[in-house]
Amino acid sequence: MRNITSTIVVGAGTFITLLLAAFAQDSAFQIHMSIIALTLGLATIILLRRVGFTPAEPVDPTGYMDDPIRVGAILTMFWGVIGFTQGVVIASQLAWPEFMWEPWFSFGRMRPLHTSAVIFAFGGTALITTSMYVVQRTCRARLFGGGLAWFVMWGYQFFILLAATGYLLGITQSREYAEPEWYVDIWLTIVWVAYLVMFMGTLFKRKEPHIYVANWFYLAFIITIAMLHVVNNLAWPVSFLGSKSYSLFAGVQDALTQWWYGHNAVGFFLTAGFLGMMYYFMPKQAQRPVYSYRLSIIHFWSLIFLYIWAGPHHLLYTALPDWAQTLGMAFSIMLWMPSWGGMINGLMTLSGAWDKMRTDPIIRMMVIAVAFYGMSTFEGPVMAIKAVNGLSHYTDWTIGHVHSGALGWVGMITFGALYYMVPRLWNREGLYSMRMVNWHFWLATLGIVVYAAVMWVSGITQGLMWREYDAQGFLVYSFAETVAAMKPYYILRMIGGLLYLIGGCIMAYNIWMTILGKSRNERPIPGSASANIQPAE
Amino acid sequence: MSDKPEVDKISGTETTGHEWDGIKELNTPLPRWWLWTFYACIVWAVGYMIAMPAIPLVNSFTPGVLGYTSRGAVANDIAAAKEGQAEFFARIDATELTDIIGDEELARFARAGGSAAFKLNCSQCHGSGAQGFVGYPNLNDDEWLWGGTIEDIYTTINHGIRYEADFDTRFSEMSAFGKDDILTNAEIHSVAQYTAFLGGFEGGEKTTEGEELFLDNCSGCHGETGAGDIYQGAPALNNAIFQYAGSLDAIVSQIDTPQHGVMPAWGEKLGDVTVKQLAVYVHSLGGGQ
Repeated sequence: MRNITSTIVVGAGTFITLLLAAFAQDSAFQIHMSIIALTLGLATIILLRRVGFTPAEPVDPTGYMDDPIRVGAILTMFWGVIGFTQGVVIASQLAWPEFMWEPWFSFGRMRPLHTSAVIFAFGGTALITTSMYVVQRTCRARLFGGGLAWFVMWGYQFFILLAATGYLLGITQSREYAEPEWYVDIWLTIVWVAYLVMFMGTLFKRKEPHIYVANWFYLAFIITIAMLHVVNNLAWPVSFLGSKSYSLFAGVQDALTQWWYGHNAVGFFLTAGFLGMMYYFMPKQAQRPVYSYRLSIIHFWSLIFLYIWAGPHHLLYTALPDWAQTLGMAFSIMLWMPSWGGMINGLMTLSGAWDKMRTDPIIRMMVIAVAFYGMSTFEGPVMAIKAVNGLSHYTDWTIGHVHSGALGWVGMITFGALYYMVPRLWNREGLYSMRMVNWHFWLATLGIVVYAAVMWVSGITQGLMWREYDAQGFLVYSFAETVAAMKPYYILRMIGGLLYLIGGCIMAYNIWMTILGKSRNERPIPGSASANIQPAE
Repeated sequence: MSDKPEVDKISGTETTGHEWDGIKELNTPLPRWWLWTFYACIVWAVGYMIAMPAIPLVNSFTPGVLGYTSRGAVANDIAAAKEGQAEFFARIDATELTDIIGDEELARFARAGGSAAFKLNCSQCHGSGAQGFVGYPNLNDDEWLWGGTIEDIYTTINHGIRYEADFDTRFSEMSAFGKDDILTNAEIHSVAQYTAFLGGFEGGEKTTEGEELFLDNCSGCHGETGAGDIYQGAPALNNAIFQYAGSLDAIVSQIDTPQHGVMPAWGEKLGDVTVKQLAVYVHSLGGGQ
């Protein structure tokens, strides 16, 4: 019997959400539940058509479970393009406010849609997908839990659907990077616990004596995100049939809880998780041993220990008590070297293979990713220094900093991992086109450089304009004047994002053609492996 | 899988002997510069935590040897800013209002300070743009109840309106023509129609009866043509600016049982220099005379 249980569960879910829609206390909740019921209903139909009563084909318990990973790779690519498009849209809205269609497509709703699309949809799916790929191969064990991996993959996508539709309906608990309301949070908790069980279970049944460093980072990411998610979202709903809830925290305690979560979402989602990715895919692509085992131990533990305390640096010069501000700044400074440990281990893994920088655009992508990781983990501690923060806080500098991390590090290392994984997952000889990877590399890099440079200029200009006093002790500029001064930078920023998006679209096409099993008839990149295997004269 | 350490040919470094999916690890020692920079950062952080308020205790926290507090830093900044502005405050104190407007530099200072004081103290009733609301005069137009010269405005702010705690407050009170049975309902309606006619509102009508009633009862304060009288605080009725809404019903209600607004005397609370700045600011809004 195949698909019986999942069909019953999804069908029951359809029925329950229909009931919730019928008895909803507010219209947003009603629409949201109706959308969910419709989605689950469609999923039930799809599952029903696949129900079979013949015995399932026996699974080879020694083989790797790669089907959810294939789905995840395609979804990562899909969400990437969606998330980058969202970014270009909201960048355009900032430059030309007439691009807003109230209320559904106002900046206030589109912005969390963009941040969640890139962090959780693109980044999260990439992390789940690659962790499934890496943990099986470095443990020489099939994913634990049978269909659990499918539940994690589709359950997480369902969370993304709930979050995204909720934003457009105006459902939000107004917590940065944690906007979804209580019922979506509960769903994510269930999915995440399943993810933890699947990952830990696979580690337990590993056939290697030791746990590989990539898996430490993935595990730290999964455990810490579970803790952060649960604590930050502690809330009490106004009605169990409504979308609104109230946080258990208030005032400055609430602000600190949010930034403890927000900062560590950066630290454990966007740093630790992606370091796990780097520790597997970089040595594989470079075919070189990891530079230093000792460094990986020290920088792992110091990173994990120090990161969790640095959140208060988001609340310097606020109502947060002075002692907490001091700690936030001190721990941020100490975090500099532990962060750079990962960069050193990544870059130095290439020693003996530096020539591949010229010939292999995938390696080049990974190197630029690690370089941007190093740049933004240096910039971060600098911005956490109170004197610098007094200028940079609330300005576009912060936006630029986040994007050099997100576009440069998270995006580029994910692209590298996808380019590595996809031909292997579908048993292709290579990618559809290496030249397209090269185009993607240059468009994306140019896009990041434009974006980051423009945001530095605009952020520092903003900061200086806000604090400029005249000889009589009055502010020189009104706020609206500082907004007007940003216009050219906002247009340039949109162009930077557009270049990045075009690169993403090229990747999507390239990967899709690879999956279809095609190969582009093109001149090989000089010096590359494919160029070297040209038939001799 | 090899469990024995081997030497990597390119770097000449030993591996740890483990291997995962073909990935090996070199046993390279920690880079010295990395380690020493890390130590330096820790030493600096410890020093910073000794210098600044840092370690939470049961009911308080370690104050830090520098004695820094962010509240204290703000107080210092404000004191320094005040000191920088002291010269201007002294000059405003010593200068006549008309001379302040004449001095470009001083007027700019007074306007900026007045604008800040207005947002704190006045915008609650008069609106953040001084546009007013029903019952609270608009200060942007050139219609003044008690006069629009800089001295008039200063006096009004300083002593308030119908603010009984201040002996010099502006005071006027219109009789309650309906409530106190001075006029009949029909007469009130008639004079209200005439008043609405003067203001140009819908339902206004110039009748002989209404005009006579107006001249007998209202013109003493509001003037024969309804031009108002700033010396009695009697509003002009011959234009469309009506404090208590311009409609026939509102005019009837105001004649029957008049409402009278109160503004506190701000001089005592804010001090003379701030009131002077407020007067310059309000005078500069557009209707100053």
